[in-house]
Amino acid sequence: MIDLDAAMLIGTLLFLLGLTGLLVRRNLVFTLMSVEIMLNAAGFAFVVAGAHWNAVEGQIMYLLLIAVAAVEAAVGLTIVLSLDRRMETIDGDSVNRLQG
Amino acid sequence: MSFHLLPLVPLLPLAGFLWLALGAGRLTRRSAARIGVSSVAIAALLVIAIGTRFLVEPPDAGAHVQTLGAWLRVAGFQADFAFRLDPLSLVLSFVVTFVGFWIHLYSAFYMAEDEAIARFFAYMNLFVAAMLILVLADDLLLLYLGWEGVGLCSYLLIGFWYRDPANGYAARKAFVMTRVGDTAFLIGLLLLFSQLGSTRITELMERATAMWASEPTLASVAALLLLAGAVGKSAQLPLQTWLPDAMAGPTPVSALIHAATMVTAGVYLIARTHVLFELAPAVQNLVAVIGALTLLLAGFSAVVQTDIKRILAYSTMSQIGYMFLALGVGAWSAAIFHLFTHAFFKALLFLSAGVVIVALHHEQNIFRMGDLRRRLPAAFWSFLVGAAALAALPLVTAGFYSKDLILWQAYAAENGSLWFWLAGWVGAFVTALYIFRLFFIAFTGEPKTPIRRTPEWTALAPLWALGILSLVAGFVEMPATLGGVTLFRALLEPVLPLPDVHAPLTVEAMFQLLSMAASLAGIALAWLLYRHRPVMAPTSGGITEYWREGWGFDLAYERLVVHPTVCTAHWARHDLFERPYDRLAGLARSLHRGLATTQNGRVRWYAGGIAAGSAVAFALVLLA
Amino acid sequence: MSLLLFVALPVAAAVLAWLSERRGPDWPRRVALTAGALLLGHALYLWALTGTDRFIGQGDWFLELQADWFPRFGIGFHLAMDGLALLMVLLTALLGLMAVVSAWHVRERPGFFFFNLLLTLAGVFGVFLALDLFLFFFLWEAMLVPMYFLIAVWGYERRRYAALKFFLFTQASGLLMLVSIIALALVVQRETGVLTFDYFRLLEAAIGSRGTLFSAAGWIMLGFFVAFTVKLPIVPFHPWLPDAHTQAPTAASVLLAGILLKTGAYGLIRFVVPLFPAASMEFAPVAMSLGVVGILYGALLAIGQRDLKRLVAYTSVSHMGFVMLAIFAWTELALQGAVVQMIAHGLSTGALFMLVGALQERLHTRDLNAMGGLWSQVPRLAALGLFFAVASLGLPGLGNFVGEFLILLGSWPVSAGLTVTAALGLIAAAVYALLMVQRAFHGEPGSLPSPPDLGRREMTALSTLAISLIGVGLYPSPLFETAGPALTWLRDIVDLQMALARGGWP
Repeated sequence: MIDLDAAMLIGTLLFLLGLTGLLVRRNLVFTLMSVEIMLNAAGFAFVVAGAHWNAVEGQIMYLLLIAVAAVEAAVGLTIVLSLDRRMETIDGDSVNRLQG
Repeated sequence: MSFHLLPLVPLLPLAGFLWLALGAGRLTRRSAARIGVSSVAIAALLVIAIGTRFLVEPPDAGAHVQTLGAWLRVAGFQADFAFRLDPLSLVLSFVVTFVGFWIHLYSAFYMAEDEAIARFFAYMNLFVAAMLILVLADDLLLLYLGWEGVGLCSYLLIGFWYRDPANGYAARKAFVMTRVGDTAFLIGLLLLFSQLGSTRITELMERATAMWASEPTLASVAALLLLAGAVGKSAQLPLQTWLPDAMAGPTPVSALIHAATMVTAGVYLIARTHVLFELAPAVQNLVAVIGALTLLLAGFSAVVQTDIKRILAYSTMSQIGYMFLALGVGAWSAAIFHLFTHAFFKALLFLSAGVVIVALHHEQNIFRMGDLRRRLPAAFWSFLVGAAALAALPLVTAGFYSKDLILWQAYAAENGSLWFWLAGWVGAFVTALYIFRLFFIAFTGEPKTPIRRTPEWTALAPLWALGILSLVAGFVEMPATLGGVTLFRALLEPVLPLPDVHAPLTVEAMFQLLSMAASLAGIALAWLLYRHRPVMAPTSGGITEYWREGWGFDLAYERLVVHPTVCTAHWARHDLFERPYDRLAGLARSLHRGLATTQNGRVRWYAGGIAAGSAVAFALVLLA
Repeated sequence: MSLLLFVALPVAAAVLAWLSERRGPDWPRRVALTAGALLLGHALYLWALTGTDRFIGQGDWFLELQADWFPRFGIGFHLAMDGLALLMVLLTALLGLMAVVSAWHVRERPGFFFFNLLLTLAGVFGVFLALDLFLFFFLWEAMLVPMYFLIAVWGYERRRYAALKFFLFTQASGLLMLVSIIALALVVQRETGVLTFDYFRLLEAAIGSRGTLFSAAGWIMLGFFVAFTVKLPIVPFHPWLPDAHTQAPTAASVLLAGILLKTGAYGLIRFVVPLFPAASMEFAPVAMSLGVVGILYGALLAIGQRDLKRLVAYTSVSHMGFVMLAIFAWTELALQGAVVQMIAHGLSTGALFMLVGALQERLHTRDLNAMGGLWSQVPRLAALGLFFAVASLGLPGLGNFVGEFLILLGSWPVSAGLTVTAALGLIAAAVYALLMVQRAFHGEPGSLPSPPDLGRREMTALSTLAISLIGVGLYPSPLFETAGPALTWLRDIVDLQMALARGGWP
C-alpha cells in the first residue's frame, strides 16, 4: 500500500516543478514542457488517489488527461512552429501583440 | 351704435396686424401704410361712436361688460375674454385710438422711405390692439395679457432698426426692466386670486373692501406688488432707467408708446385698482413719494440733456411722476386728466421733434439745430404749442389745467401735504425751464444743419390736430376760481371717487398764482439763459454730469445687477453639475487604466496570476 | 386593438422603412410620413370621440387592452388610455410627424434612420399607454436604444460622447427603476400574497399610504423618483441633456425635447405620487425646491451659452422645473398647468429645435457669435424664431403662459415662497429668449453667405406648431376637459390613500 501523504507530496513537488518552469522560462517549447509536467502531476495525484480509495474514477480522469495533454502538445507545438516561421522567435514575452 | 361692437375695437387693429404680418413681402409700401392707418382709424371712429352713445344714454349699471368667450376656466379659476366699457376705459381707449390714429398717419410720412414699413405698421397695429385689450379688460389676467403685449411691442419697436446692436440693447433693457415689474404684478395677481378667489377687477375690489378693510397687511402687500408693476411700466423710480434708452426707436414709436399710451398704463392700473390702494394707505403714500421723487429727478436730468428725444423722455418720466403724485394723494381723476392732456401735448412734442429730426437728416443734438422758425415753420409753431402746454402756460393751454389740478390737490387733498405740493411746484418750474431751454437752443439762433426734407400733409395734419387739442383739451375741467367746469371729473366720478377738498377759494387762488409764477419764471429763466447768449454744449463734470447720466442709476444697476449676473452666467457656462459626473467618469477611466496594465499579453505573467490566485484560494479554504 | 395600433404600427412601419430603402432613398421617409400621418389621424380621431359614448372601459379610462404575458410572474400586456395619456399620445403623434418632416433630407442610410425614429416613437407611445409596470419598463428601455443610435450615428461633431452620456444616464436610471419595480412587486407580494406588476392591483394594495420617507415605500419611491427625474430632467440629474440635445440630429432633438422629457413627467404623475402618496407628500418640499432650482439654474445657464442649440436645451431644464414644481404641489390647478406646460413646451421647444436645425443646415454652425443679422436674409425663419422665442419667455396668449401661470397659481397655496422664487424665472426667461433673438437675428449680417429662407415644407410644419401654440394659449379648455377626469381620478386615489394613512390601517 502506498502512503498517500508521500505520494501527494511527490505530486505537489512535481506540480511546483512544472509551475516554476512555466514562470521562469521564456522559450515556448520549455513552457509547453512545463505545462505537460503540471498535467502529469495532476494525473499522478488522480491515480494515487484512485488506488487509495479503490475508485476507478482516478484512472478515468488520467485517461482524459492523456488526451488533453496530447491535444495540448499538438496545438501548442503547431503554434510554436508557426510563430517561429512568421516572427522568427519563440520567446513567449516578445509575442504579446494580442493584448487589449 | 351698439355696445356689442366693443370687442371690435381691439380686434380691428389686431386684424390689421395679421394682414400686415402675413402679407409682408407681398404688400407695397403704400398699401401697408393704408392698412396700418385705416385699421386704427376705424377703431377710433368706433370708439367715438360707442363713446357718444355712452355719454348720451349710459348703460344701466354705468358700465357695459361684453364677454367674447372663455379663456381659462379650470378648477375654480376663471378668466374670460371680457371687455368692460366704463368712463375710465372709455377715456383711455379714446386716447389710445385717437392719438394712435394721428401718430399712425404721421408714421406714413415718417417711415415712408423705410423698406420695412409693413413690419413697422404690423407692430404698431399689434401695439394698439394690445393697449386696447389692456384698458378694456374686465379681468386682471386679461389686463396682464395686454400689459405683456404692449411690452413686447415696445421691445419690437425700440429695436425696430435692428442692425444697430445699441438699439437691440435698449430694447432688451426696456423689456427686461419692465418684466421685473411685470413679474411682481403677476405675483400680486396670484396673491389676489389665492386670497380673494377671483381675478375679475370689480369682484376683486368688492371682496377686497369686504375682507381686507380691517386687515391692511395683505392689502398692502398686494398693492405693493401692483405698484411694482406700475412703476416698471411707467418708468418711475426705481425702474425708470429704460425709458431714455428707449428713444432708440423711431420717433412715432416714442410718441405713441413711450409718451402717450404705454408708459401711462401704470397710472391706469393704479387708478383701476384704486380701492386696493385706499385700503393700504401706507402704499398709497408711497405712490405719491415715488411720483414726487421721480418728477424732480427726471426734471433735473432733462435740464442738462443734449439729445432732443432724451429731453422729451425725461420729461415724460417727470410728467408721469405728476400722475403718480396725484394718485398717491387720492386725486384719481386728476391723474387721469393729466394723462389725457399729456397724451396730446407730449405726442405733439415728439411728432414736431420727429419733423425736425427727419428734416435735419437724423440729427438729434439740439446744439446742432438752430433757426427753425423760418425753415420749418410747422415744426416751430407746433413745438411751441406743445412746449407751452408742457410748461403749463397759464390759462391758454391744456397742460395748465391738468397740472394745476394736481398741484392743488397735492396740497389740499386729505392725503396731501405741503411737501408734495412743493415738489410739484419746483417740478413745474424745472419743467418750464428745460422745455424752453430746448426750444430756444434748437429752434432759434443760428442755423447749423441744412434742411433735407420738409413735411407733407400726413405729417402736418397730426400736428394741427394735436396742437389744437393741446390747447383746448383742458377746458373740460377748470378750477373753481376760473368758472369751475367739472365735465371730466363728473364723467369719471362713477369709477373714481373724488378727494375731499375743503379749502377756501382764496387759498386755492393763491396756490394757483404761485404755480403760474413757477411756470412763467421757468420760461423767463430759459429766455435769459439761452435766448440771447451764444450757447455752448454743457461742459462735463460736476453735478450736471451726474444729472445727465440719470443720477447714476444706470451705473449702479450695471454694477450691482447686470455685471454679477453676466459674470455668474459666464462662470456657470460650463455647467457646475457636470463636475461630479466628470469625476465619476475620470475615476472609471483610471480604474480601467490600472486594470488594463495587467493585461499585457505575457503568458508567464498570466500563469503567475493564476498560480497566485489559486494559492490564495487554497489558503482561504484551508485556513478558514 | 385601437391601442395596440399605437405600438404595432410604428414597429411595422419601422421594419418597412428599413426594407424599403432598397427601392430608393426616398422610400423610407415616405413610409415614415405615412405612418406618422396615420398615427396622428388616429389620435385625433380618438380625441374627437371623447365625450361620446363610443368608448368602452371602466370609468375614466377610454380604452383598455389586457392580455397575459408572463402569467407566472403576474406580468401582463396591459395598455389603457385616459385623458392624460390621450393628450400625451396626441403630442407624440404630432411631434413624431414633425420629426419625420424635419429629417426629410437625411442622406446617410435613411432606411436605418427612419427605422430608429419610428421605433423610438413606438416606445414612447407604449410608455404613455402601459399600465403594467414590467411592460412599462420594457418599453422605457425600448425607446432608448434607437435614440442612442440616432444620436451616435447621425449626430454632430461630439456625437459619440453625447450618445454614450445619454445612454449611461438613462440606463443607470432605468436600472434604478427596474430595481424599484421589482422591490415594489415583492413588497406587495409579501403584503397580499399575489405577485403582480399590474398598475391597478398595485394601487389597490396601497402600500404607499403607510410608508413614510424612511420606510420601504419611501426608498422605492425615491428609486422611481430619481429614474423619472433623470429623464425630466431636474438639477442635478440633467448633464446628459445639453449634450444629447446639442449633438443629436434635428429630428432626434425634436423627439427628445418634445416628448422624451415628458415621459419623465408622465411617470411622476402616473406612478410616483399615486403609488406612494404619503412618502411623496413628505418628499414634496424637496422635490419642489429642486424644481425651482432647475428653473433658475437652467435659465442662468441658458443665458451664458454661445451655442444656439445648447441654449435651447438649457431652456428645457428651466421649463421642466415648472412641471416638477406643479407635480409635487399636486393641486388640480397645478396639475392642469403641468399638462398644458408639457404640451406647450413640446410645441415651442420642438419648433425651436427645428429652427436651429434649419439654421445649422444652412449656415453649418450653431455658434451665436458667428450669426447675426439673419432677419434681413431669412425673414420668415427669423419671424418664426421670434415667435417661438417669445412663446418660450411666456407671453400671455401663447401656450407656455397658460401652463406657467396655472402652475404658479396652483403651487401658491402649497408654498408661496417657492412660487415667488419660481416666478423670478420669468425674468430670466426674458433675458435668454431676447438674447437669442438679438444674437441670431438682429444686428449686422455676419460674414456668412446669405442662406435661403424656409421652404414650403418647413413653413407648413412650423406654422402648424405656431397655430397649435396660439390655440393652446387662447383656448385651452379642450385640454382641460380631456385631462380633467384623469387628473381627478389620480387625485382621488391619492386622497383616499392619504385618508387611510391618517385613519390608520383598517
